[in-house]
Amino acid sequence: MKKFSLVQLVLIISALLACSPAFADSLAPFKGEKGVLKISGGTAHIPVMKEAAQKIMIMNPEIQISIAGGGSGVGIKQVGEGLVDIGNSGRKATDEEISRYQLKLYQWAIDGVAPVVNPQNKVKELTKSQMIDIFSGKVDNWKMLGGEDRNINIYTRDEASGTRAVFWKKGLDKGPITPGAHVVVSNGAMKSAIAQDPYGIGYVSVGHIDETVAPVALDGVVPTIQTVQEGTYKVARGLYSNTKGEPTGLTKKFIDFLYTPDGKKIIEKRGFIPAQ
Amino acid sequence: MKKCRELVAERAFLLSALASSSITVAILAFMVFMGLPLMRQGGLYQLLLKPWAPYQGSFGIYPMIMGTGAISLLSLLFAFPLSLGCSFLIGSIAPKPAGRGFRRLIELMTGIPTVIYGFVGIFLLVPIVRELFQRGSGLCILTAALVLGIMITPTMTLFFCDSFDRIPRTYLDAADALGASPVQKLLYVILPAAKNGMLNGVILSLGRAVGDTLIALMLAGNAVRVAESVLEPARTLTAHIALVIAADYESPEFRSIFACGVVLYLFTMAVTFLVRYLSFTKDTTV
Repeated sequence: MKKFSLVQLVLIISALLACSPAFADSLAPFKGEKGVLKISGGTAHIPVMKEAAQKIMIMNPEIQISIAGGGSGVGIKQVGEGLVDIGNSGRKATDEEISRYQLKLYQWAIDGVAPVVNPQNKVKELTKSQMIDIFSGKVDNWKMLGGEDRNINIYTRDEASGTRAVFWKKGLDKGPITPGAHVVVSNGAMKSAIAQDPYGIGYVSVGHIDETVAPVALDGVVPTIQTVQEGTYKVARGLYSNTKGEPTGLTKKFIDFLYTPDGKKIIEKRGFIPAQ
Repeated sequence: MKKCRELVAERAFLLSALASSSITVAILAFMVFMGLPLMRQGGLYQLLLKPWAPYQGSFGIYPMIMGTGAISLLSLLFAFPLSLGCSFLIGSIAPKPAGRGFRRLIELMTGIPTVIYGFVGIFLLVPIVRELFQRGSGLCILTAALVLGIMITPTMTLFFCDSFDRIPRTYLDAADALGASPVQKLLYVILPAAKNGMLNGVILSLGRAVGDTLIALMLAGNAVRVAESVLEPARTLTAHIALVIAADYESPEFRSIFACGVVLYLFTMAVTFLVRYLSFTKDTTV
């Protein structure tokens, strides 16, 4: 047992040594810093936040970064009330929120939300009104769309999901989503559900699309990282980090890190498009 | 010296007993308190009997109560014959060493985490159910109930075995002496004598089925509509709590999960009292 933990220790240390040179430049500002940084809000941001925080805390153990979820509304409210240093949101804060809390907005990434079907499905292109009819339950058979004679299984996300919010607003024009829809808990769960179900349709963050699911072209535009970047694919949103007033110290350094090449690498790795 | 030590121990035990029992009550009080604003707003009636449509301002948990009821009762329906067969095999039919081996295996099964069952269900059972019935997605009440039934079978089987073991040896000997076949022994001696113990097992398994979160969350589809058939998706109370817990904690959505908590709590309490009551009557009759 003792031997094993020693091996582990060696592995961890060598992993640290291997990591640190690659990120040395971007992490340099954090040298000598110490303190606590609290982040909360949007759940889509969490993977990026976590990885950035890990890199920073491994480099400098004096810094403690805590990351909580809660959703975009919570993020804006908590940062406005001074409960956290950074409040994340998957939507742009409203003018009223900005003026009430003197928020500073930092959009560090763009995230597209794409409708997806199983790769076996022949239907790979839909218009927006067809999409609205599908999710409202009006069109309930793939045959009506040129596919097989099977019922359409609709998959959606829980109400706290930012991905749901943007798809509902920009993909469905705030049309109703039938209460008979299956509900899954995350982008990952959505992807595996659609990958399993040849007659399902759902929506995921563009970065999550791989060969297990097929994106559906919406009004002729295939959702990919490129089309989102060009702005031709419209169901997209910014990922924001908000601070109350001008950020200082550790908060500023953390946000700046997201704009460094290494920060952008993390953002890309998590399937988002880093802001220019 | 000894007396003093005894006193200290006594107080310590009293304190821990008080603490654990007061926590139980405090949890209920907390859930009622947190759910109160919503219950006041529209009344308990609205909360319990309305559909779930947060964008229309309706936060009823009726579909979830129905979902929990349908899935757990159906799972009981699957688990009961399975458990009866298993326990009878272990207790009577199989030769002693084989029976003991089976029993160990089933004891082992009670320890498998439910997420494993859910995982296996997604990859094995869901496609089968989907293609077999040529309807829906396979994520439905039937799938969840089947897996849940398998999940509670070990618990139920062990309870059945225990109540079979408690039957006085003389009863069985008498049946053997009369030349009863194993099936006759089961029907006319074992089942009537073990009835109460078996009922306990069924009720506790039902409690387990109602309280399980992951299997329903992974396999039942979580739709918020009251299902019309077992091939449609449904959401249980526990899955609902897991899904809504991420919401803004000031929102009525979040408040409504405390109502779910209260319903689940009261149900478990009812189950416990029922079991107590049954074991009490058993003690007086046998």
